Amino acid sequence: MSKIIIRWLLTALPVLFGVSVITFVLSSLVPGNAARAILGINATQEQVDALNTELGFDEPLPVRYWTWLTGALHGDLGVSVVNGLPVTEQIGARIGITASLIVGAVIVAAVLGVAFGVTSALRGGWLGKAVDVVALIGMAIPGFWFALVLVTVFAVQLRWFPATGYIMPSESVTGWLQSLVLPLLALGIPSAAPVAKQTRDGMLTEMGKDYIKVLRARGVRERSVIFRHALRNAASPVLTVLGIVAVVLLGGTVLAETVFVIPGLGGLAVNATSSHDIPTIQGLAVVFTMIVMVVNLAIELTYALVNPKARA
Amino acid sequence: MTTTASSRGFLRSLLSKPMSAASLIVLAIIVIATVFAGVLAPYEPDAQDLTAALQGPSSAHWLGTGELGRDVLSRMMYGGRVTLIAALIAGATFILAGVPAGMLAGYRGGRFDQVVLKTADLVFAVPVMIVLLVVLAIFPGNEFAAMAVFGLLGAPGLARVVRSATLGIRNELYVKAAVASGIRDRVIVLRHVLPRVSGTILVQASVFTAGAVLMETGLGFLGLGTQNASWGSLVAEASRNLGIHPWLLIPSGAIIITFIMSVNLLADGVRDTLAERYTPPAAKVRAPRGGAKANAGASATAEATPVAGGADNAGAARASAAADPHALLSVRSLTVTLPIDGVPTDIIRDVSFDIQPGEAMGLVGESGSGKTMTALSILGLLPAGGRITSGSVTVEGTDVATMNKAALRRLRGGRIGWISQDPISSLDPSFTVGWQVAEAVRSHRPMSRRAAWQHALTLLEKVKLPDVERVAKSYPHQLSGGMAQRVGIAAALAADPVLVIADEPTTALDVTVQADILALLRDLQADGLGVLLITHNWGVLADLCDRAAVMYAGQVVETADLRALVHGPEHPYTAALLACDPHQARPGAPLPALDGAVPPPPQWPQGCHFQSRCPFVKDDCRTGAIALADGSDSSRAVRCHHPLTRQEVTL
Repeated sequence: MSKIIIRWLLTALPVLFGVSVITFVLSSLVPGNAARAILGINATQEQVDALNTELGFDEPLPVRYWTWLTGALHGDLGVSVVNGLPVTEQIGARIGITASLIVGAVIVAAVLGVAFGVTSALRGGWLGKAVDVVALIGMAIPGFWFALVLVTVFAVQLRWFPATGYIMPSESVTGWLQSLVLPLLALGIPSAAPVAKQTRDGMLTEMGKDYIKVLRARGVRERSVIFRHALRNAASPVLTVLGIVAVVLLGGTVLAETVFVIPGLGGLAVNATSSHDIPTIQGLAVVFTMIVMVVNLAIELTYALVNPKARA
Repeated sequence: MTTTASSRGFLRSLLSKPMSAASLIVLAIIVIATVFAGVLAPYEPDAQDLTAALQGPSSAHWLGTGELGRDVLSRMMYGGRVTLIAALIAGATFILAGVPAGMLAGYRGGRFDQVVLKTADLVFAVPVMIVLLVVLAIFPGNEFAAMAVFGLLGAPGLARVVRSATLGIRNELYVKAAVASGIRDRVIVLRHVLPRVSGTILVQASVFTAGAVLMETGLGFLGLGTQNASWGSLVAEASRNLGIHPWLLIPSGAIIITFIMSVNLLADGVRDTLAERYTPPAAKVRAPRGGAKANAGASATAEATPVAGGADNAGAARASAAADPHALLSVRSLTVTLPIDGVPTDIIRDVSFDIQPGEAMGLVGESGSGKTMTALSILGLLPAGGRITSGSVTVEGTDVATMNKAALRRLRGGRIGWISQDPISSLDPSFTVGWQVAEAVRSHRPMSRRAAWQHALTLLEKVKLPDVERVAKSYPHQLSGGMAQRVGIAAALAADPVLVIADEPTTALDVTVQADILALLRDLQADGLGVLLITHNWGVLADLCDRAAVMYAGQVVETADLRALVHGPEHPYTAALLACDPHQARPGAPLPALDGAVPPPPQWPQGCHFQSRCPFVKDDCRTGAIALADGSDSSRAVRCHHPLTRQEVTL
C-alpha cells in the first residue's frame, strides 16, 4: 500500500512541477502581454507598465515562478487578470461539477464497456464482430459531435431531457440527475468502446486458460466461473484502459461542458483561453493535472486490490 | 531485393486487403478534394446567398447550405485544408521528435534511454487538452502552434515504441556483425534499422494523426482555432442551428468520422501486412521424431505369465454389451465429434471401458491418442462444438446424456473429481488456495464461509500438506508445483467424489515429488476411491493401476489387467509402446522410439488406425472397421485381426 503511494508520488510530483514550469515558460513567450490585452490598445504605455508592475509581470521569470509556487503551495493560485477574482475560489466553485462529470462518465464507460465486452466474449459470433465495429466507429466519432446528436434526438426532438444547463443537486435532485443524463451518455458511450474491446480480448484469453476448465470440472457454478474468476483476472488491463479513458475524458469535459452549457472547469478554461487570462489557465492546468493524478492513484489502488501479485 | 521492389510488394499485399484498399481510395478522394478545392469546389467558401440560408441538399447545393446561405460542400472542401494541415503539423512534429529520440535510446541505451522511458511515463499523465488551451491562451488563434505542442506531447510515446523496435533489431545477428565490422553507427541506423522500423512508425503516426484531427476539430468547435472555415467550425455552425436545421450535423460529422475511420483502418492494414512480412511461414508438417526404429517386442523380453482375470469386468466392456449398472463409470461405444477446420470430425471412436468402485484404471497412449478428450466427455466438458454422437457414458447407473445442466454440475466435483496436469496454472492466480478449496466445497454443500474454510483446512491436511493454516492463505504463485498439486487434489476431493480422473497428474512435477503424489493417490484409492489415471508413463501406471486401457488414434486398442498387458501385450501398438518405455532401455543403446506420429483425426485410415506404423500389417488390416474382441482370455479385449502371441512378443 505505502509502496504504491510512494511510487505514485514519484510520478505525480514531477508531472505537476513539469506542467507548471512549462506553462510559465510558455507564458513568458507571450507576444504582447497580458496587461496590454486587459487594458486594450487605447491604453497608454504608462498605464500598461503600471499594471505590469502591479501584476508582477516585470519581474524575471524565476522570481515570478517562485512567487507563484509558494502561493500555490498555500492554495493561492493568483488572481484572474480579467475579473480580478481569486483563481482558487473560481476553481473551487466549479470543480465539484467537473469531478462528478468525470466520475460519472468513467462509471458509465466501465459498466457499458464491461457488460458489452463480457457478453460478446461469451456469445462470440456476430456480437463479437459488433463490438469490434462499434469500437472502430467509437474511436472515430468526435465526442462533441456525438453530444450534439444526443441533444438533437433526446432534447430537441423527443424532449425527454433538458438540452442544456445544469441544476444543482441542492435545488432539485431529480433535476440534477436529469441534467446529467445526456452529458454522461455523451462522454461515457464513446469511452466505453475501448473498454469493451479490452474486456472482450481479456475474457477470451482467460476463458481459454487451464484454471477455468478445472473450476468447471470441480462443479463451480458457471456464474462464479465467469464473474468471480475470469472477469477478475481480466480486470487489470481493463483498469489500465479506464485510466487512459479518464485522462481523455478530462479533455472531453471541456467540450461537453461547452455543448451542454455546464458551469464547470471546462467552461472556465475555454473562457480563460479566449480572454487571455494567463493566471486562471495556469491554475487550471495544475488542477487538471492533479485530477489526473488522483484518478491514476485510484486505478493503482484498485489494481492492487484485484491483483495479489501487485500487492506484495 | 531492392528497396523499390520490396515497397512495391508491400503495397501490393496491402491493396489486396479490401478494407485497406477502400480506405486508401476514400483518403485519396478527401485529400484531392481538399488540395484542389480552389478548382473543384462549386462555390467560394464564404460566398453568401441570404435567400438560401440553412437549406437541405439540392442540385445547386449538394450538401445543402449553412448560415448566410454558404455552400456546405465547398466549406467542407476548403475547411479540410485547415484541419489537414493542422493534423500534418502534429504528425510531423510527432515523427521528428519521437523517431530520433526512440532510435537513439534503443541503439545506444544508457542514460538517454532511461530519460526517454521516464519522460514517456510522465507525459502519459499530462492532460493534453488543457495544455493546448494554455498554448492558445498565450498565442490566440494560433492552431498550428497548438498542434505542434500536441505532436510534442505525443512524441515520447512514439519514442518508446521505436525504442523497443530498435532494441530488437540492434540485437539481431546481422546488425551485430555490421557493428563488429566497424561500419559507422549512422550508416547502420539508416541502412538496417530505419527500414525495419519504418512500418511501425507509419502505423503509429497515422493513428496519432487521426487523433490530431479529432483534437483540431474540437478546438475549432470551441472557436479557439482560426476564423476560417474548418471541419470543427462546421460542427459549431451545426450546433448553433440544432433546433431549426439539424441536417447540418450529418455532413459535418460524416466527413470527420469517415476520415478518421479510413486512417485507422489503413493503419490496421499496414500493421497486418507488416506482420505477414516479418513472420516466417509456419512449418506445415511436424518432423517425424527421430530415434531408433520401432521394433515391437524387441525389448519386451519379460516372461509372459497369463494372469487369471479376477472378475469378468475387464473384458466385459464390449461394444455390444449394455452399460454395467453396478460400475462407477461405464463407457460404451463412445464416439465424440468435434469440428476441425469447420468439418465435424470423429475424435473419439467406439471407446468402451468400465471402472468398478475402488478400482484404479489406467488410460495409456501417446499424445494425440484421445485420452484427455475421453475424460472430458465423461464430465460433459468438451470444447466448443464437441458432442457425443453415439454411445453412452454412465455414472453410477445414470446416463450422463440425460442429465440437465444442474445435474451435470453436481456430477462434476460431486461424484467425479478432476486432477489436472499443470498444478500451478490450474489454480486461479487471484485467490488464496484455501479460498479456492473452500469454494469447491461450497459449490456442492450449503455451508457458511467459515465452515467451508475449516473444511478446506481438513482437506489440505488430508492431502498431507504441512502447516495448512499458512498454505491456505498462500496464493498459487507462492507454492511449489508439488504443493500446488496437493491443493488441486484437495479441491478435487472437496465433495467426497467416488471417482477421480487424474490427467497426467505427475508429468509437470519433479521426479522426487512424483513419487509422493502417486503415494497419496494410492492411499486415497486404498480408502475406496475409484481412480481413472491418464498417462503415457508405464511406471506411473504400474505404480497405481490394476487395469489399463491402451488408446491409439481415438480408439481403445486393448484392455487387460495390468500384469497381463505388460507381460503379454496382444496388440502390436501395446507392444511397441512398452518397447519405448525408457526404463527398459539398455545402457549405451539408443533410446527406443516409435517412428512416425499418431495420425490426426481427419487422417484416420480405413481399417486399423495403427496400420501405417505396424510392423505386422496385412492386407485385411486396411479395410473395414475392426471391433474390440475378446483376447486370449475373457478378461481382456483387443482390437486386432492378428493379435500377437507370446512367442511373437518374446521373439
